Amino acid sequence: MQVVEQAPERLGRYTVRFRTAPRLLGRASVVGPMEGKGPLGQLFDRVTDDDILGQKSWEQAETAYMVDAGRLALENAGLEPKDIDLFVAGDLLNQMVTSNVAAGRLGIPLFGIYSACASFTQGLFMAAAMVDGGYARHVLVATASHHKTAERQYRYPNEFAHQRPPTATWTVTGAGAVIVGPGDGDGPRITSGTIGRVLDLGIKDPYDMGSAMAPAAVDTITRLLSDTGTAPEDYDVILTGDLGELGSKLLYELTAQSGLPVSQQHKDAGVMIYAPEQDAHAGGSGAACVAVVFASWLVPQLAAGQVQRVMVAATGALHSPTLIQQGGSIPSVCHAVTIEGGQDARA
Amino acid sequence: MNLAMIIWAFVVGGALCAVAQLVVDIFKLNPGYVMVGFVVLGAVLSGLGLYQGLVSLSGAGATVPLTGFGHTLVQGMLEDMATKGWLGVFTGGLKGTSVGLSAAILFGYISAVIFTPHG
Repeated sequence: MQVVEQAPERLGRYTVRFRTAPRLLGRASVVGPMEGKGPLGQLFDRVTDDDILGQKSWEQAETAYMVDAGRLALENAGLEPKDIDLFVAGDLLNQMVTSNVAAGRLGIPLFGIYSACASFTQGLFMAAAMVDGGYARHVLVATASHHKTAERQYRYPNEFAHQRPPTATWTVTGAGAVIVGPGDGDGPRITSGTIGRVLDLGIKDPYDMGSAMAPAAVDTITRLLSDTGTAPEDYDVILTGDLGELGSKLLYELTAQSGLPVSQQHKDAGVMIYAPEQDAHAGGSGAACVAVVFASWLVPQLAAGQVQRVMVAATGALHSPTLIQQGGSIPSVCHAVTIEGGQDARA
Repeated sequence: MNLAMIIWAFVVGGALCAVAQLVVDIFKLNPGYVMVGFVVLGAVLSGLGLYQGLVSLSGAGATVPLTGFGHTLVQGMLEDMATKGWLGVFTGGLKGTSVGLSAAILFGYISAVIFTPHG
């Protein structure tokens, strides 16, 4: 890994190399009981006993998850809220209410962002850019989602006994957070990133997001590879957020067609987070999905040197119930960052 | 009430639900379309005099599914039209379905009080 001491550099048409390669200083994941029972259950920092957390509503519980993840990440990095210059946060709810309220509670200036389930990698990109440019020293990035808030905002009330088709995904309940800081010392570093283009292939089924998002993943992943002059083999892991079983298959087909097959390196956080017997259908989804898998599964491997270079390419279905009711379709986006390993910052 | 009616209730009610399931699976329609479609279907069949036969044969098998709601709407209107003329179109529907609507509101309220739903 090379730390380039030059002006911020654009690679190709769409990719940025962060010259100081900002580090990941802290990480945290907090999830609900269903995620805790999944295959990654042992890795999460906190698994809550229920998904209401003593709050009055699911929305307030979602905020509590984000605040908890933020505080745990600070603790993990040995920092206080006053040490953080900027909070970059995203969620799936209208007006980004989870991020707004959580930022108020943490007392850190907020950039609220929305790319649906791709918000986490957008946040990593923005945090790296702010640190790289010297506009912030430490940035807290967090995303949260909650199965029950997402269901009732995007689909049907939770008490309504609606049948979920096999293509449906299950929104992850929880929050993931990381802290991005200056490039001195050991630890995983964000070395480059690609901002996604919004693609709209006219898909209208809110119960088949994986298929809707796969083309956006292919677009961003192949552009990052070509802009940086790398091939899929140069990465130990290419982690997508919530393509699910169906979207992953489509990803393999489309990348094979473009001559850059990623099936060997690819992992999908949505496929990893639930076991088949948990009846989550096509897998997990939501803004928290990639965040909690990244923070609990991938960052420790990077810190321990088990993997050297990874690409995190989270996809977001920019689904608007209003647009769907008016006969519109679901545009998709994928933002990607490259992270390269090293000794753990805390070691 | 006899055994034959219980069996018919099972068959007719099950068949109506099976049709709805096929509509959802084959035409990929969301539940709103199925709901409205079934109420309209029941109303049309009732207006043509075809639904009462199913009700007599299978009782709750025909009245509980959404088509039964359409049937009750139309029958209420026809009854009121007999006494009030065309004004019955406006008064009869809600009168005919008032038991179901009031029960839905009352029991919905009671379960909300007991179980504090969060939406």
